[in-house]
Amino acid sequence: MALLDMSDIHGGYGGANILNGVSIAIEANEIGVIVGPNGAGKSTTLKALFGLVTVSQGKVTFDGRDITNKAPEALVREGLSFVPQEFNVFPTLSVEENLEMGAFIRRDDFRPLIDKVYGFFPPLKDKRRQPAGELSGGQRQMVAMGRALMTEPKLLLLDEPTAGLSPRYMGEIFERIIEINAAGVGILMVEQNARQALALAHRGFVLAGGQNRFTASGAELLADPEVAKSFLGGGE
Amino acid sequence: MSALPRRELVLFSGLVVVVALVFSWMGAAYGTRMLVEASCYAIIGLGLTIQWGYAGLFNVGIMGFIALAAFVSLFVTYPVNAAFWGSGAPAELGWALLAIAAGAAAVYAASQTHRLGLPKAWRTLLTMIVLAVAYLWAQSIFDPATTRIERGAGWIGGLGLPVWLGWAAGGVAAGALGWAMGRITLGLRADYMAIATLGISEIVKAFLKNADWLTRGTLTVSPIPWPVPTPQELGFVASRAAYLSITAILIAVIFVLLQRAWHSPWGRMMRAIRDNEVSAAAMGKDVNRRRLEMFVLGNVIIGIGGAALVTFTSIFDPSAFMPLNHTFLIWVMVILGGAGNNLGTVFGVVLVYVIWTMSEPAALFLFQQAASWGDALFGWRAPADLSTRALQMRVFVIGLTITLVLRFAPNGLLPEKPVKYE
Amino acid sequence: MEAGLLAALPVQELVFFINRGLLAGLIIGSVYALGAVGVTLIFGILRFAHFAHGDMMTIGAFVALICVALFPGGGSILGLPAAFVLMPVAMVVTALLAIGVDRTFYAPLRRAKVRPVVIVMSSIGVMLMMQGLVRLFAGTGTWQLEAGGAKTIYRLPLLGRDIILTQPQALLIGFTAVAAIALHLFLTRSRMGKAMRAVSDNPDLARVSGISIDSVVRATWVIAGALAAAGGTLLALDVTLKPDLAFNIILPIFAAAIVGGIGQPYGAIAGGMLVGFTETFAVFNWSVLLRPLAPLLPDFVEIPNRIAFVPTEYKIVVPFFILIVVLIWRPTGIFKGRVVK
Repeated sequence: MALLDMSDIHGGYGGANILNGVSIAIEANEIGVIVGPNGAGKSTTLKALFGLVTVSQGKVTFDGRDITNKAPEALVREGLSFVPQEFNVFPTLSVEENLEMGAFIRRDDFRPLIDKVYGFFPPLKDKRRQPAGELSGGQRQMVAMGRALMTEPKLLLLDEPTAGLSPRYMGEIFERIIEINAAGVGILMVEQNARQALALAHRGFVLAGGQNRFTASGAELLADPEVAKSFLGGGE
Repeated sequence: MSALPRRELVLFSGLVVVVALVFSWMGAAYGTRMLVEASCYAIIGLGLTIQWGYAGLFNVGIMGFIALAAFVSLFVTYPVNAAFWGSGAPAELGWALLAIAAGAAAVYAASQTHRLGLPKAWRTLLTMIVLAVAYLWAQSIFDPATTRIERGAGWIGGLGLPVWLGWAAGGVAAGALGWAMGRITLGLRADYMAIATLGISEIVKAFLKNADWLTRGTLTVSPIPWPVPTPQELGFVASRAAYLSITAILIAVIFVLLQRAWHSPWGRMMRAIRDNEVSAAAMGKDVNRRRLEMFVLGNVIIGIGGAALVTFTSIFDPSAFMPLNHTFLIWVMVILGGAGNNLGTVFGVVLVYVIWTMSEPAALFLFQQAASWGDALFGWRAPADLSTRALQMRVFVIGLTITLVLRFAPNGLLPEKPVKYE
Repeated sequence: MEAGLLAALPVQELVFFINRGLLAGLIIGSVYALGAVGVTLIFGILRFAHFAHGDMMTIGAFVALICVALFPGGGSILGLPAAFVLMPVAMVVTALLAIGVDRTFYAPLRRAKVRPVVIVMSSIGVMLMMQGLVRLFAGTGTWQLEAGGAKTIYRLPLLGRDIILTQPQALLIGFTAVAAIALHLFLTRSRMGKAMRAVSDNPDLARVSGISIDSVVRATWVIAGALAAAGGTLLALDVTLKPDLAFNIILPIFAAAIVGGIGQPYGAIAGGMLVGFTETFAVFNWSVLLRPLAPLLPDFVEIPNRIAFVPTEYKIVVPFFILIVVLIWRPTGIFKGRVVK
C-alpha cells in the first residue's frame, strides 16, 4: 500500500486543464522527485495534491484514505505539509513565530519539536528573534521547511526548494532534505535542478504536457539516455 | 444587433408604463420635473459607468465633483456683480492670487534645493519651513481681501456667459480635479482611491460652504440662469419639457460617443485592462495612464450632468450636497441597471429615480399608518420627528439594495454584453 | 533666582497650550487610534477598507446608551459614569454585531472571490444601512450619555495654573493606553494573536499551515468591534451622542490607518495620535504662544490676534492632507504596512 497514490489526475485553474492524467505513487519514507520542462504541470501537480487546484478527474489517496479535493487545512491534519516555492515565510513574524505558526494545529507542547528543527537548521537558532523577511534566501527556505516540519508530517511537499539559491545553499538544502528523510519523513518535491534532485530520489517522475512521460527510480532515469537528452539538458 | 433583444424591450416598456402612471397620478408638471432630474442623473450615471463598469474604478466622491462642477457652471453663467467689479476688490483679490502663486513657486524652489547640493533631509526641512511661512503669508493677504469682498459687494458674482459654456466649464473643472486625484491614487490599490475621493468631496463641500466671498455659502445663490425659457415665461410643463429636450440630446450624444468608443480598439484595450490587469500590463499597456483617461473622462461627464442638475433646481446651496446618500443613490442606479452597459445604466437611473421620488410619500404614508396603528392598539406615542425618521428609512433601503445587488445580481438587470470580435 | 525664573516663564500661555493643544490632541488622537486599530486589522487580514467602521462606533455608543437607560445606577458604585461601567456590554454586543455583519454581507462575497473593491462597496452599503437604522430608531437629535449633572473635572496644578481634564477624557486616554498594551500582548504572546499577524502577512501560507482562517477572521471582528464600541462610547461621553457622531471621523481614521501602515496595529495607534495632534495644532491659535515674546520683538513686528494654519471650519482638510502626503511620499505608511497594490 503506497503512502501516496495519485492516479490519472486531471485538473487546472478555471476552465483550462493543466494536468491531463498525472500519476504519482510513493511509499512511506521515500523521496520522490518530479522533473520536467516549464509548463509541464509539476507545481500544479503538487497544488492539486494539496487542495489548491481543483482535481476534475482522478483520485488521490494518502495513507489509505481518499483525500481528493480536500481543503489544505484538513490535509495538514492528515499528515501532509506543503512548502510553496515563493512567499513561503511570514515576513514580519520572527523565525520562531514562523515555526509556531507551523504548529498552529497542535495543542500539545511543541518546544522539543522547535529544538529538533533548530537541530536540522542550526543557523536559524541564532536568528530566532529576527523577522523572517530579513533573512537571506537560503535561510528563508530553511524557515519555510522548518515551519512545514512542525506538524510532524508523514509526507513533506516541496515546490522547487532550491529555486533562486546560490550553489552553496543549494547543496546545503539538498543535504538537509536527505537528513529530514532519514529522520522518517517522506518527501515529494518538484525540482528544476533535475540531475542533483534525481540523484537522491527513490522515485522520479518526468512530466511533460501535464502527463507522465517517464516513471522509474531516480538512478534509472538518470541513466536513461532518452531522458537525459530530452529533459536533463544533454550532458552537463 | 438587428433588433433590441427581448429583455431590454420588456424592461423598458415596463419603465414607460411606470412613468406614465406617475404622470397620471402626480400631474404633468411633476412628471416632467421627475424626468428632467432623472435625465441629469442619467448623464451622471453614464460618467460613473465609465469609471466603474469600464475601468473598475471606485469613485466615492461623486457629490464633490458634482458640487464643484455646479459651482463653476454657476460662476460662469451667473450675471455679473457690478458692485464687486466696481470696487477695489478685484485688484486686491488679484494680488492675493499672485501671492499664492509666489508662495507656491517658493515652495517648489525649496523642494528642488537638493540639486544645489543640499542634503535631502535638509531639503525636506527647508521645504516644510518655506511651506509654513509661505502659507501663513499668503493667508494673511488672502483673508483680508475675501473679508472685504464679503463686507462690501457680498460676493464676486458670475461672469454672465452662456449656459452651455458654464456646463462645459463645470465638466472641465470636475475632470481636472479627477486628474489630480487620479495621479495620486491610481497607482495604489482601489480602496485608497475610494478613501481619497471621499475626502476630496468632503473638502470641496467644506470649501464651497465656507467661502462666502465666492459662493455666498449658506446664503445660497438663485436663480441660476437656464439654457431655456424659465417656468415664469413658458409655464412649468413647457419649460421643463424644453429643458428635458436639451438633456435628452446630451444623453443621446454621450451615449452614441460611448458606444462607438467602446467598440473601438481603445474600448477593447480598456476591457482588457479591467479584466486582466496583469496580462494587459505585461503586453506593454500603460495601465494607470489608461485608467487615468477613464477616470477623467467619467468625471467630465459627471460634472456636466451635475451642472445640468443643479442648474435645473435653479438654486446653488452648498449644504444640500449630501455627500453619501446621493452618491450612493447614483451607485445603486448604475450597479442595479448594469455597470458597463450604457443602456442598462440609463434604465437603472430612471427606474431608481422614479422609485426614489415616489418612496418619499410612500415612506411617510407607511409610517403614519404604523404610528396610528401603534397608537390605537398599544397606546404608543409616535416620536415627534416621525417624518424625518421615515425618510431615513430610505437610506437603509439604498444600503440594503447595494448589498443585495452585489451579492445576488452582481451584473445588474441588464448585464454588460461580451463583445464579439470577427 | 529660581522664583525670578518662574515669574519670567509664560505659565499662563504654557498651560493654555497644554490644555488646548497637547491634551486636546491626545484626546481626539485616542479616539482615532481606537477606530484605526480595527480598520487596520480588517484591512490587513480581510484586505478591504471597512467604510462602515465609523457607524459601528456610533452603534456601539448607542448600545451603551441603551444600557445606561436600562441600568441608570450602573456607575454609582464606582463613582464612574454609568456608560463607562456598562461599556463592556456595548463592546460585546458590537463585536457580535460585527461578526454577524461579516457572516451576512462580507463572507459570501469573499467566498465568491470578488474583487476587493466590491467588498468595499458592500461595506458602504452596510454603512448606509447602519446610518438608516440608527436614525430610524434614535432620530436625528443629540443625546447625552451621562444623564444629568456636570462631568467630574480633574485639576492638576502646574505652577499656579491648572491643567484641566474631565473624567471622560481621562477615562478615554487611560482606556486607550490599556487597550494598546493589551493588544500588544495579545498580538505578540497569544497563539491567536500571532495567527492574526500571520494571516495579515501571508494568507495563502497561513491556510497551507493549517491556520483556521475562519477563527482568525472572527477574532479580527471581535477586536475591531469591541474597540469601535469603546471608541464611540468614550467619544460620546466626552462630547455628545449624535447619529452622525462617527461619520465625521471615518476619514481621519482611514488617514491614521494608512499613515501608520496598513496591517500595523501599533502604526494605527501612532497614526491616530499623529492625525489627532496635527489636526489640533493646525487649528490651534499659535499667537497665544508668541505673545509672551512681544517685548523681545522690535516695535514694527505686530503679533496678529490669530495665527492658525487652518480655520476651524476646514479641519476636515487636515487628515486628508496628511493622507495625500503619505500616499505620495510613502504609500506603505510610516511603519511600512504591507499591501499597497
